[in-house]
Amino acid sequence: MVQLSIMALFVALSQATWKRTKLVLLRDTVLYPALGFLGILLLWYGIASLRHELMPYPHEAVINNLDFITHPFYQGGAGDLGIGWLLLASLRRVLLGFLLGAVVAIPLGFLIGMYRPALLALNPIIQILKPVSPLAWLPIALAIFNLAEPSAIFVIFITSLWSTIINTALGVSSVSKDYLDVARVLEMPSWRQVYKIILPASLPYIFTGLRISLGIAWLVIVAVEMLTGGVGIGFFVWDEWSRLNLSSVFLAVFVIGITGLLLDVAIAQLEALITHRRTPKEG
Amino acid sequence: MTKSTLQTADTNDRQPETAGFLEIKNLSKAYPTGNGGEFVVLHNINLTVQENEFVSLIGHSGCGKSTLLKIVAGLERSTSGLVTLEGREIRKPGSDRMMVFQHYSLLPWLTVRENVRLAVDEVLKDASRAEKASLVNEHLAMVNLMPAANKYPDEISGGMKQRVGIARALAIRPKMLLMDEPFGALDALTRGKLQRQVLDIWEAHRQAVLMVTHDVDEALYMSDRIVMMTNGPAAQIGEILDVPFAHPRDRAALRENPHYYELRNHALNFLDQHFGADD
Repeated sequence: MVQLSIMALFVALSQATWKRTKLVLLRDTVLYPALGFLGILLLWYGIASLRHELMPYPHEAVINNLDFITHPFYQGGAGDLGIGWLLLASLRRVLLGFLLGAVVAIPLGFLIGMYRPALLALNPIIQILKPVSPLAWLPIALAIFNLAEPSAIFVIFITSLWSTIINTALGVSSVSKDYLDVARVLEMPSWRQVYKIILPASLPYIFTGLRISLGIAWLVIVAVEMLTGGVGIGFFVWDEWSRLNLSSVFLAVFVIGITGLLLDVAIAQLEALITHRRTPKEG
Repeated sequence: MTKSTLQTADTNDRQPETAGFLEIKNLSKAYPTGNGGEFVVLHNINLTVQENEFVSLIGHSGCGKSTLLKIVAGLERSTSGLVTLEGREIRKPGSDRMMVFQHYSLLPWLTVRENVRLAVDEVLKDASRAEKASLVNEHLAMVNLMPAANKYPDEISGGMKQRVGIARALAIRPKMLLMDEPFGALDALTRGKLQRQVLDIWEAHRQAVLMVTHDVDEALYMSDRIVMMTNGPAAQIGEILDVPFAHPRDRAALRENPHYYELRNHALNFLDQHFGADD
């Protein structure tokens, strides 16, 4: 009897839930995230009211930043650029370093994944270098290049290597034997197996590596630019802090966060485009 | 009915001297074990398959029947003995012995059509683009997959996936078809339908087929001879059963044939007997 009534309760509940699915969706995707943001704003108000000489209120921050927000691509001579330009400069460095890193890391990952002596030779090096903060490479890079720009790109390059190498090697070494058997029965030469079977089969792993690498690269560029100076969103953060202009620092934090999110979404989209749903070709 | 349809292993050894299409002679397969010994999977296998013959390999799990098929495919090497196709020794995999895999082995990043096309591109290098395209379409149509040609493997059912596997295998026009429990992963209804389809195709274009199965009814319905293997380790051919029913076969008519049950019981008794030995 008890069980029966519990069952009935469940059925009733599930039916009710079914009717409210749309409301639930609205609640989960709009209401709760909005509450989260509201909480952060309240916290901000709270702290700002305690230390108002340092922290602007959120609405003050928006008003103070209005010039930046409405004129992102302002050009007022050397060193006086809108935040859009700074962002583009940082993105350029990250993408250059990241692409160079991918160009080196993906073939290296293939080598390690396919050829055991390469794994044995390179794995210890990778394991030692991977936990090193990429910023530690900055002095070395500066010593080599003597210039801020290539040094920043070099640090991003180093940053981008490890996750991509490790994930590519993992993907390559875990290609299903079934796929390789198909290739062998079809008498596919091994060099063709590499790009017709192993590469597409390990693309999801490679993209996981690239995604992690790009995420870390975007974290690191802000710190690198704080140290090297020049045009960039990281230096902007440091510069505005030196002027005790926290409103702009908050703006920068927001912009950096949104950009990082968009980078991640972009690479996920690229993966979906490349790995699975390519436009069907006429057979 | 026909006389003595039940051959024993002895009569098999005394097969005619004329070379068969596929010949397996004194084949053994052993894996080295950790402690320096060896684990014998197959022991002294002798089998001949004729050019238009459909032969099933049946036995309990672990009896090495899949290993035997893989050796014929060239995906594994035998420890001793010889396998020849049309008199030439088999040493490595080749598209003249195309495989239909138990778990389909479709490439998930390619559509149904692209999966078949990949095989055609790889094997028939001299064909023109138009020839290849029509070959692909012809075989997709043969297994009724034209409507799903542009779908990806994860968008179609298991039965459809195996039809792609069969289309892929047939499209490259192999001399011999090797099927490793091709219907094993399918539900009963789909299995029956697909058996019918494959048999239709085979009856229209006969060729040598070697099929691994553990289903006696499937073997009786589809094949000309059933090779029954003893349990491993060191599995051997226990007995070869002739299935004398003429093609094209009709499953319903087969079920009403008393001889069908005679063969079926004989096969099941063989399997039961060899099951007891191990348990």
